[in-house]
Amino acid sequence: MAFIELQNVSFEYPGGFLAVDDIDIRIEQGENVAIAGQNGAGKTTAVKMCNGLLRPTKGNVIVDGINSKERTTAEISRVVGYVFQNPDDQIFHSTVLSEVEFGPKMMKMPAEKAKALIDYALRATGMYELRDENPYNLPLSVRKFVTIASIIAMDTKALIFDEPTAGQDLNGTIRLRNILGELREKGKTLVTITHDMEFVADNFSRLIVMANKKVVADGSPKEIFWDFPTLLKAKLKQPYVSRICNTLSIGSNVISMDDAVSAVKDGMAAHDSA
Amino acid sequence: MGAIIELNNVTYSYPLANECAIKNVSLKLEEGRFYGVIGQNGSGKTTLCSLIRGFAPSFFRGSLTGEVLVCGKPTLDYKPGELSLKIGYVFQNPFSQISGVKDTVFEEVAFGLENFGVPVDEIEERVIRAVELTGISALAEKNPYELSGGQQQRMALASIIVLEPDIMVIDEPTSQLDPEGTESVFEIIKGMKDRKKTIILVEHKVDLIAEHADEVIVLDKGEVIRFGSKDAILSDETLLECGVQLPNIALLGNKLTRSGVPLERIPITEQQGVEIIGKALRTRSWCK
Repeated sequence: MAFIELQNVSFEYPGGFLAVDDIDIRIEQGENVAIAGQNGAGKTTAVKMCNGLLRPTKGNVIVDGINSKERTTAEISRVVGYVFQNPDDQIFHSTVLSEVEFGPKMMKMPAEKAKALIDYALRATGMYELRDENPYNLPLSVRKFVTIASIIAMDTKALIFDEPTAGQDLNGTIRLRNILGELREKGKTLVTITHDMEFVADNFSRLIVMANKKVVADGSPKEIFWDFPTLLKAKLKQPYVSRICNTLSIGSNVISMDDAVSAVKDGMAAHDSA
Repeated sequence: MGAIIELNNVTYSYPLANECAIKNVSLKLEEGRFYGVIGQNGSGKTTLCSLIRGFAPSFFRGSLTGEVLVCGKPTLDYKPGELSLKIGYVFQNPFSQISGVKDTVFEEVAFGLENFGVPVDEIEERVIRAVELTGISALAEKNPYELSGGQQQRMALASIIVLEPDIMVIDEPTSQLDPEGTESVFEIIKGMKDRKKTIILVEHKVDLIAEHADEVIVLDKGEVIRFGSKDAILSDETLLECGVQLPNIALLGNKLTRSGVPLERIPITEQQGVEIIGKALRTRSWCK
């Protein structure tokens, strides 16, 4: 059985709004998955069911072998950490440090282990120097790293990041890439929602696409970014380098800069020999 | 043409701050043009916006040297509220912009016009147009706080568009939006530009700045380090060292040049990329 399984899962908000309609997702332990799709496609609702913040109204969510129906949200959140899309929905302490300390404290971790984890989380996210600041004195994009640190400090087996790339500048994006890389090396299961197709192409080998409350594709970015019917259905765009290669009819699976350079060189060589 | 906004040797620091948020900035911005403001987080982009709309120093206090002129008049000489008739400001965080006193999106978008004393019939007409333009007609009866982040961003934009200000200062309007929503916001801004509005847009999505802006302002540590033609600025890889991303097409162009593919210049937009790289593809290497 996969580490996280959504089996025929639907979710209807009180009042009757159906946000997720009969989806199946299986994520193995240690796997890294990106989720993309339009605003309102059901991405956030789907991942909130993975850590018990929401309960499916139909179907089953199995996390680490146990049906989420049999556990409290507090219990599931020890296994799957969720970083909110809006950091202000998550932060409620007056310093960065106390915010990051909260999770380990609630989990009643031994003091030494907690300290090591909190230290690591602050350093990995670049928040160590800012640990005595009030989170609300920091810009929104930096506040996002406070919430990421808070979840890393809980040392959960799986972590979910909801639009961490939103509003990030170049260095923020690089920092995120490094964080994901480190967590991946630690064997964490990672799920990241993002609208940034370049970030997907550069950092993930699996992409789940949602559209209109359903999963419409699940595969490698290389496949999906050249699967035009799916892109159209989910209103997603190819990465810029893919678009150029597509228009110039060179390289039909280019998704990275390096691929694109090779495709252009091959194209020139083909022209030379023609 | 005269400058609609002019900064002369402006240095500004927030109260209790040790460092200046803006240092020695001089800029002349012309009417009807679209300026993209880029720079890493903390480089002073939002402060520049606050200076232009007079909130620094009139609201934030702090200390200002040099002068900021809007339509030839120092911002300090405007009466409170007077500048907001000329300059519309769309907040970075839509949550900070929502009035909190209106129960529906429609009323929220109408709020500014109500305060300006516009007749009710005209308010209705203009609000309907603004919510249509921003694609939120279907949400008109909803409570502003029930909207998603992306929907709130559209509402924030509608609330300002409806005022038809001559100058629009827009701070990261697409951070919560999906690619399609982002493009639609840029289409809306383009429409404002076509109506001769002056646009000042802070945005990290530099690919879209390359596509749509007329000129670019690059900030680093409170200083303007580049100002002018987007083609020259956005193809320059040294900007990466200042934490400024370049358009993907410019990154590709630079990479191609380094690996020996001759390009007549570095493209910064998709269309330029197709033309310039396409030309290189059609050139036989023995011709050179």
